[in-house]
Amino acid sequence: MDVLALSRLQFAVTSMFHFIFVPLTLGLSILVAYMETRYVRTGDETYLRMTKFWGKLFLINFALGIVTGITMEFQFGMNWAEYSKYVGDIFGAPLAIEATVAFFLESTFIGLWVFGWNKISKRTHALSIWLVAIATNLSALWILLANGWMQHPVGYTLRNNRAEMTDFGAVVTNTYGWLKFFHTLLSGYVIAAFFVMGISAYHLLKKNDLTFFKRSFKAAATFGLLSSLLIFLVGDFHAAEVAKTQPTKFAAMESVWNTKRGAAYNLIVIPDPANERNSVEAIGIPKLMSFLAFGDGQATVKGLKEYPAGERPPVMATFVSFRIMIVFGLLFVLLTLIAFFVSRGDRLDSRTTFLRIMFYALPLPYLAAQFGWIVAEVGRQPWIVYGVLKTSDAVSRAVSQTQVWASLIGFTLLYGFLAIVDIYLLTRTAKKGPDSDLSTIVKTPRTQEV
Amino acid sequence: MAFQIIWFILWGVLWAVYFMLDGFDFGAGMLYNFISKDETEKRIITRTIGPVWNGNEVWLLTAGGATFAAFPTTYALMFSYLYSALLLVLFSLIIRGVSLEFREKSASPSWKKGWDLGIFLGSFLPALLFGVAFGNIFRGLPMDADGYHGSLISLLNPYGLLTGALFVLLFLVHGAIWLAVKTSNELAEKAGVLARKLWVVLLVVAVSFLAYTYFATNLYANYFSNLVLLIVPVIAVLSLLAIRLFAGRGQYLASFFASCLTILMVTFTGVIGLYPNLIPSSMDPNHSLTIFNSSSSVYTLKIMTVVALLFVPIVIAYQIWTYRIFRQKTTSLDIAAEKESY
Ligand code: HDD
Ligand code: HEM
Ligand code: HEM
Repeated sequence: MDVLALSRLQFAVTSMFHFIFVPLTLGLSILVAYMETRYVRTGDETYLRMTKFWGKLFLINFALGIVTGITMEFQFGMNWAEYSKYVGDIFGAPLAIEATVAFFLESTFIGLWVFGWNKISKRTHALSIWLVAIATNLSALWILLANGWMQHPVGYTLRNNRAEMTDFGAVVTNTYGWLKFFHTLLSGYVIAAFFVMGISAYHLLKKNDLTFFKRSFKAAATFGLLSSLLIFLVGDFHAAEVAKTQPTKFAAMESVWNTKRGAAYNLIVIPDPANERNSVEAIGIPKLMSFLAFGDGQATVKGLKEYPAGERPPVMATFVSFRIMIVFGLLFVLLTLIAFFVSRGDRLDSRTTFLRIMFYALPLPYLAAQFGWIVAEVGRQPWIVYGVLKTSDAVSRAVSQTQVWASLIGFTLLYGFLAIVDIYLLTRTAKKGPDSDLSTIVKTPRTQEV
Repeated sequence: MAFQIIWFILWGVLWAVYFMLDGFDFGAGMLYNFISKDETEKRIITRTIGPVWNGNEVWLLTAGGATFAAFPTTYALMFSYLYSALLLVLFSLIIRGVSLEFREKSASPSWKKGWDLGIFLGSFLPALLFGVAFGNIFRGLPMDADGYHGSLISLLNPYGLLTGALFVLLFLVHGAIWLAVKTSNELAEKAGVLARKLWVVLLVVAVSFLAYTYFATNLYANYFSNLVLLIVPVIAVLSLLAIRLFAGRGQYLASFFASCLTILMVTFTGVIGLYPNLIPSSMDPNHSLTIFNSSSSVYTLKIMTVVALLFVPIVIAYQIWTYRIFRQKTTSLDIAAEKESY
């Protein structure tokens, strides 16, 4: 493999690994903040134990989100130097803003939350986890505006051999970026909801701490239902935006080869990229694809054959990933709907089959999110900035094959190790269940001042 | 004033504050295995930096982000030229982070030993490598029209290594004093004694560094053409002396502030010497990366200036506030109260 292929693989490995931890942080921070707020409002100790138990899992995950994020911040310069030079004038700004506005906030207040149990008032303590939640969501906003700009560049002009920003307002209000933001946030909320429901299901099946886990499950079910419905909705808008701005990606997502007016949506499709056609197309719903893409059943959907082969993304990966995401999306609506109603009643712990399903469903939203990124990133190829810069022109020139081999192997080993430790710690903590004693918040006598 | 100059100053400030803050984390992390006599003392040490190390590290991320936004060409070339060195820094910082976060969560002593090693390496390597990298930047990197002609090995030249040693010692002294301030009894005493001993070595290395800089780099040129600037290295030297003075009297908090000032001024000394370069070329001055030929457009710089002026003061305010909340000494009582410092 050459430097380009290696760098792409390395970016895919490091970013997808980062995105294992990111979405749980986005969603679970909100759930934990909600639990602690309930505790402060009601004084009910179950809520305090919930805060502590889910908070512990949150922190194990958060630590890995942070350390894998450090890599992300620097690898644009390390592996994508030509990219950084060419678009840094625009792309660097949201990244720097993200650090200034979001990372400081989240890292400072997480320290306060973890170590501040007996140093600040209950209200300030709850406020600090809310600030962490807000900050992580803000960080997602800025990074996704940056990524949204790569998907649909706006507010720039080509000058001095590079893209220069001419309209910051346009970059910040880029519809593409905001859709990405909401869609990705919601993916995090869905993941967090299934995480809490899955672990609660495990304990409910073992009849552990019923009140605690019923309450956790119920809160997550509500959150999950809302998020699953919304992600479906936002996903539809998102697909329409893709159709408008990235016709090649849209055609690959749906495996459309020939331009069609009033295109039907085929429920079953098997692409045959070698022959530039689909070997199977069945159960078509007339005009639906044109409608989904352009809000008009008569609209024309452009096929891949309109574009030179060198400007088409890999069709199979894009298509399959998109289909899987959608099937999962439908499944999540169904599961959270059931979860919502079942958890209203008091007999949740006796629904063993459903609880078992929810336990095994825990990893599915993670998969959906990873596939989502494959749609977004692979579907954008061969462009790194759609229509402006090709990925092959973006890679660092000063970096050798040996160097990237070494770093790729290094990252794979290090991240593999981290994954093992993380899974071990999460499983152990989750299995152990909540602490029954609350001594961690007992006031300690203070003797020494500096 | 040109926006490039504002951002050059901010660039210097971000790195300086980063070294000042994460510096004591590195120092404490390097000393951690050697100064602690038992599990409780170990936990006290990690507990002193527990609430703040992550917030300190973000100054590095911001320095990186600001380099990207304000000087994209420098960001691109610096990090791709120094690929292998930066990679080592990243791995070390990752290892430090997980070691600090996961140590308390591992029950078995052999895992704890592993994390202890991680804390040491994750603190020592970045300290050394940042020094080596900055030493080489002060010297200039071998770059010309064809790109870069160095390697990881060529970075390990005597001047680079001396700067690495300087950073390591600055952070060791800084960390030892931090522990003298933040812990009590025996542990604090040990840290204080160690700080004074290490300070002597630091003094020797610092003097050699100042002398060697004259021969190995062009850093002094700016000072000769504008003598007022000499105030910065002079303060650096005075505050270095003040560290020892206050430590000798047992006034460790004052000594810590002197150490903060030393690190800030040492960084500024280098940065001022670089101006107007961000990375000088050791082969051909025409291929140096300056703040003018590698900067973003003025439009972007303006927007980033507004963002920085708006948010950096807020950040500083809440960081100071949290440092105040955790201002008390860490004792075994804290450790007992937090069964698992999760
Ligand atoms: C949708 C959200 C999202 C996406 C697409 C990314 N991140 Fe991320 N990142 C987060 C959301 C996030 C977060 C939720 O805010 C994290 C995860 C855990 C955490 O502590 O913060 C985080 C942590 C995190 C950190 C550590 C911050 C700290 O030390 O406190 C850095 C430096 C980055 N990220 C940088 C990046 C870069 C350069 C990305 C682009 C390639 C990226 N992230 C993709
Ligand atoms: C602002 C955020 C991001 C930016 C700027 C970005 C940019 C890039 C770049 C530079 C590449 C390498 C070139 C390429 O092959 O396309 C890439 C590839 C990739 N990224 Fe992203 N990315 C971002 C976020 C993410 C995240 C969070 C994920 C998900 C987990 C992700 C998934 C991928 C994948 C799977 C590839 C490989 C695609 C391929 O090489 O064919 N990206 N992206
Ligand atoms: C069922 C309805 C859904 C639709 C119609 C949909 C639509 C889309 C589309 C069109 C993209 C590509 C955007 C681009 O190329 O930039 C995308 C990306 C993505 N999807 Fe979905 N999606 C759905 C469900 C889900 C679910 C259930 C999850 C996860 C739990 C998810 C997570 C993601 C992620 C993380 C991305 C990458 C980030 C982004 O581009 O926004 N999606 N989705």
